[in-house]
Amino acid sequence: MTVTQERKTTPTAGTPAPEGLTDRARHERRLGWWLSAPALIVMLAVTAYPMLNALYLSLFSYRLTDPNGKRFVGLSNYWVVLSDSLWWQDVLTTFIITVVTVSVELVIGFVLAMVMHRILFGRKTVRTSILIPYGIITVVSAFAWRYAFALDSGFVNNWLNLGTFDWFGQRWSALIVICLAEIWKTTPFISLLLLAGLAQVPDVLNEAANVDGATFWQRVYKVIIPNMKAAIMVALLFRTLDAWRIFDTVFITTAGAQGTETLSFLTYRQSVTRVALGIGSAVSVLLFLSVLLIAFIFIKGFKTDLSSVRGDR
Amino acid sequence: MSTQSRRLQIAWAVGSVLILLYTLTPIVWMISLSLKPGGDIFNKHFWPTNWSLDNYRTVFSTNLFTSALRNSIGISLISTVLGVVIAMFVAYAIARLDFPGKKFILSVALAIAMFPTVSLVGPLFNMWRAVGLFDTWAGLIIPYISFALPLSIWTLSAFFREIPWEMEQAAQVDGATAWQAFRKVIVPLAAPGVFTTAILAFFACWNDFVFGISLTSTNAARPVPAALAFFTGASQFQQPTAAIAAAAVVVTVPIVIVTLVFQRRIVAGLTSGAVKG
Repeated sequence: MTVTQERKTTPTAGTPAPEGLTDRARHERRLGWWLSAPALIVMLAVTAYPMLNALYLSLFSYRLTDPNGKRFVGLSNYWVVLSDSLWWQDVLTTFIITVVTVSVELVIGFVLAMVMHRILFGRKTVRTSILIPYGIITVVSAFAWRYAFALDSGFVNNWLNLGTFDWFGQRWSALIVICLAEIWKTTPFISLLLLAGLAQVPDVLNEAANVDGATFWQRVYKVIIPNMKAAIMVALLFRTLDAWRIFDTVFITTAGAQGTETLSFLTYRQSVTRVALGIGSAVSVLLFLSVLLIAFIFIKGFKTDLSSVRGDR
Repeated sequence: MSTQSRRLQIAWAVGSVLILLYTLTPIVWMISLSLKPGGDIFNKHFWPTNWSLDNYRTVFSTNLFTSALRNSIGISLISTVLGVVIAMFVAYAIARLDFPGKKFILSVALAIAMFPTVSLVGPLFNMWRAVGLFDTWAGLIIPYISFALPLSIWTLSAFFREIPWEMEQAAQVDGATAWQAFRKVIVPLAAPGVFTTAILAFFACWNDFVFGISLTSTNAARPVPAALAFFTGASQFQQPTAAIAAAAVVVTVPIVIVTLVFQRRIVAGLTSGAVKG
């Protein structure tokens, strides 16, 4: 029977093109590449090339202020960075900020998503208002939080009866303000992703659990969360990487003072402020590798399914 | 309505009021701060004791802010338009054509979205100085496009997949020319998706800080977020708090209006690329 089957040339997504392409299929392939070329070129020109450049520069002792002193030093820049306690302090700071913000955001984001999913009145107002923190410039949000906690202009000490407590005077309290600003700004994004996930939990399951006498919490843990695991993992991956790269908020609130410097800030300080391109590039490469590691852990370790994100079904 | 479900309704209503408080308090605080004249800014209370628009006058008379505003609007708009057009080509190819590079392109876009931008500023700073792009509009537009692209590509491909492309052929069968079929049938169907993508891409460019501070050095190209970090008070010894608050409100208001007007589209766009069944 199969012999008589006519070979179709109609393109179907996902199937590898057969040997001996028809003119039409070949044309389609070429057109596909041509259409994608500008985007690929722009994206790679601004990332891949500079990254390779950084990899190359990281092998040199090189400061922009002293171009003649440029010399090959092999991997010693990496050794300098990794044996410096500052690097590890910044790793710890970044790690604390990431873990605290992402876990708090996941909880608040889930609650927000549940409320938005359920409310009948004012649904539109609430959904609109939740977009405001998302749309606001990170720098602006950071200023709002900084001024709210600042000694000279802030109202928080007044409200909490803390007198002249200097929130930016020590590490832990400065980190609290940074985390608060981050959480406020980025929770809406996570909650919208979770809301989309919630919408995919079949109502039938929920009702069945209800009929079987499940409590609210049982439904949350046994029905809702397992059914939106994919959405949760994707939201987690995106937010974790985002938090790990935190820069704007730290720059505005503390400028890295009181041990609040993060990895991104260290990279910026080395390569732009100090124009130490050799060391700065080494830090850049290490930051890049750390991001890669996190993505790898999520995708391989936690089996985060990115096909839905990439858009290939 | 049973008492239990009524109690639940009340709980959800309280929840939504709390959400409103959560989202709006920092904004209201910034507005209130910007309305405090002179020494009132340090009154340590949430609300101003007496309010005035002085700070807005100050801000609009400083060259640093007005030029930054011009730069931000210009650079973000150009990057958005170019980025979305380039992304449309890709999204069309992904939604409609059969070619083996699809997965590769979508993976590259994903990788770029996860890229630590700060890692690039050192090398880009160096490259841009070498080719004369440092402290120019183009020097910011190029990185903005490449970082707005991933988001635009996903969102657009998700939207384009939903378009019933057969209608184009149907129109041609009915006697429309290829161009007519495209313009009268496909463009109106694709426009909402393109528009949503443009809003999201614009937000991304408007929000940038890392490139803004590292790849500019003067008013020639410095965008608003970077300029805010360099603000000084009316005199050198004055805290710039009031001026920054006013400037922050000025750049926030348009965003709030856009979100109010296009709320549903933004939500659809944000979640379409990211979560699909």
